[in-house]
Amino acid sequence: MPRVNSPEELEKTRQGIRSRRDPGRACVSICAGTGCLASGASEVIDAFNAEIKKQGLKAAVDTKGTGCPGFCEKGPVVVIYPEEICYLQVKPEDVAEIVSRTLKEKKVVDRLLFVDPVTNEKATCESDIPFYKNQVRNIIGDNIKMDPKNIEDYLALGGYSALAKALSRMTSEQVLEEVKKANLRGRGGGGFPTGRKWTESRNAPDKIKYVIVNADEGDPGAFMDRAILEGNPHSILEGLTIGAYAVGSHEGFIYVRQEYPLAVENVLIAIRQAEEVGLLGKNILGSGFDFTVTVHQGAGAFVSGESSALMTAIEGRVGEPRPKYIHTAVKGLWEKPSVLNNVETWANVPLIINKGADWFVRFGTEGSTGTKIFSLVGKINNTGLVEVPMGITLRDIIYKVGGGIPGGKRFKAVQTGGPSGGCIPEGKLDMKVDFDELTKAGSMMGSGGMIVMDEDTCMVDVARYFLDFLSDESCGKCVPCREGIRQMHKLLSDIGKGKGKEGDIELLEELSEVTRDASLCALGKSAPNPVLSTIRYFREEYEAHIREKRCPAYSCKELIAYHIDPDKCRACMMCLKKCPAEAIAGGKNRIHVIDQGKCTKCGTCLEVCPPRFGAVEKISGKPVPPPIPEEARTIVRESKGR
Amino acid sequence: MGRETKVGKEMMDNDRIDQIIDKHQGDASSLIQILLEIQKENRWLPKEALEKVSRRLQVPLNRIQHIVTFYKAFSLVPRGRHEIHVCMGTACHVRGAPRVLDTVQDLTGIKPGETDGDLKFSLETVNCLGCCALGPVVEVNGKHHGKVAPAEIAEVLKKYD
Repeated sequence: MPRVNSPEELEKTRQGIRSRRDPGRACVSICAGTGCLASGASEVIDAFNAEIKKQGLKAAVDTKGTGCPGFCEKGPVVVIYPEEICYLQVKPEDVAEIVSRTLKEKKVVDRLLFVDPVTNEKATCESDIPFYKNQVRNIIGDNIKMDPKNIEDYLALGGYSALAKALSRMTSEQVLEEVKKANLRGRGGGGFPTGRKWTESRNAPDKIKYVIVNADEGDPGAFMDRAILEGNPHSILEGLTIGAYAVGSHEGFIYVRQEYPLAVENVLIAIRQAEEVGLLGKNILGSGFDFTVTVHQGAGAFVSGESSALMTAIEGRVGEPRPKYIHTAVKGLWEKPSVLNNVETWANVPLIINKGADWFVRFGTEGSTGTKIFSLVGKINNTGLVEVPMGITLRDIIYKVGGGIPGGKRFKAVQTGGPSGGCIPEGKLDMKVDFDELTKAGSMMGSGGMIVMDEDTCMVDVARYFLDFLSDESCGKCVPCREGIRQMHKLLSDIGKGKGKEGDIELLEELSEVTRDASLCALGKSAPNPVLSTIRYFREEYEAHIREKRCPAYSCKELIAYHIDPDKCRACMMCLKKCPAEAIAGGKNRIHVIDQGKCTKCGTCLEVCPPRFGAVEKISGKPVPPPIPEEARTIVRESKGR
Repeated sequence: MGRETKVGKEMMDNDRIDQIIDKHQGDASSLIQILLEIQKENRWLPKEALEKVSRRLQVPLNRIQHIVTFYKAFSLVPRGRHEIHVCMGTACHVRGAPRVLDTVQDLTGIKPGETDGDLKFSLETVNCLGCCALGPVVEVNGKHHGKVAPAEIAEVLKKYD
């Protein structure tokens, strides 16, 4: 593509791309995000390419590997344009039928459509599926329409028009004012007003300033930033360049964790393409504004996502945080003013410039404007990425968008805010989700992880899990975080093993307070959240572990046992054959018995026992019944035909 | 599994290390990026490689040691032919990942962070592979095995030699 030297040339190029594209032309979009690739999307893409060629449609149909549309549960996701027919869980063996039925005969393959689990109704288009219908997808909505490796796709959808507008028709002050007016708050966790951060950097005396994208998405169970970076990397570059213009920076960095190889690949391609077209580099769009972007890969350290630690890591040193008496916006990377925002925050910037702050504030609540992407995972029917306006209730997210809890189980809690967030119980499901409400409930917004838990999840174990994670990830620089987390983790482990003592809960609360008040960075300051929130809402579970040595969720390994009810066992040999520890004795017509000494409590026996027998049970808080005597183990069956 | 491994070879090509360093113009602030590239190609960081990087970049070896022991991506010991990553992310955790990990440990006889004696498997836990819809997930040599029950993982691991 030729270089564009002015906003007018950009528009001309855009019109050129659009006019070359026939909106009525068939296109098969296949999600090629990490989630769908793990479910086999690349085989599906290959199958489409081969089958389209085989059936002689190569000249009439395009195929496209796209970014993630969010519906990971039903991946690989395929959308066929122009009809927008959405097929789910597509396998390579389905492809021949799709090509001949849908692409040739223009008919729908019914069995691959979404089926509503409640009404049994089928949905043909993306927009008819409840999972999508109840979202507001300002940011991730375009992912399925774009090949992230092709800048033309982004331009065709109106890409870089916000940058052109900012550079040609707005002063840098006006850009800043618009972002301030939109009241955009940081999507990475803290919720700090973006406009304020930008102003601080802009006003800092140093001439050299940096802008940085934080894509060190480390929260387990959260992948919204990855989906944006993989699926729409140009939107990040556009947002970043606009931000650089507003604060007066000419050099930007993208810090991506190396665990996201596809995001790194796509963003590097995007940078190269933007440079070729003249949307990055010298004299962007003839405005006289210069800006370059460099990608830095993180080497795997959760704490390096903290702003000061991340900047140290970019400098090529160990990514440990430092005290921030002086904000990084004033003294950050190489001691220069540095604006660091999260991926999703940057992705919002082009929208605000294009459509205006007044449009932006129509979504969300007064204190938390816009939409937020959540990664809805755990014990939920529709695992995936969901983009909803702030202020929506937890109940709507979990039931309307998420489709509720699988297997008819009961909802217990939802954990928000990543490892340093908290657990919110059923009683608070009607709470509005925004920065302030979540904090009030003892949790936080964090970067948008939302892990749903059902009756089988033990809340003591959840707290222990997060503290285990945090003690591993604490850099160890300050004592309250290093030792506080370690001691809390030890107490929680003991409680989970049945070694808890009276007074442990109070001790946990005390340790929490010190760790929260005295730690250097947000990792330590927020580390007590999982402990405090589970104690606050699920104290009785802690007490059952400590006093009765019982795990009410039947989850803590040391407090449970598996037992085969001799009255129900029909000696079908299923559990006996599948037990990886060979801990089950029995045989044909011999009632099976678990050797408690050998049992590793993996739960395989419970999973494989046919539901019509339901002979395997979990026991907690009481002794395992003694095995039935050898002589009573034979099952006498009436032989057939008598 | 058809994948070339460099285990057993004492150290990657000296010239190759030079090439990587040259690519980054011998810039000390690219230290982590250089180490990542060496790790990616050689799959572990031999002492000789670190010493070379130290000399070329004029960075003290103790700073390099600090970095390679701080970040998770680096390994200072040779890796097995097959890398097992058991996802311990929150979504996988609530769906039974600890039971899967226990089974993998029993089957391989190694703990997370370890490599077995005949360099067959290296076992690691990861904090999230980001394909939560498939949880619990185990990744072997980059291939994802989703919704694995403890009994199934035994079948999966049998396929590797």
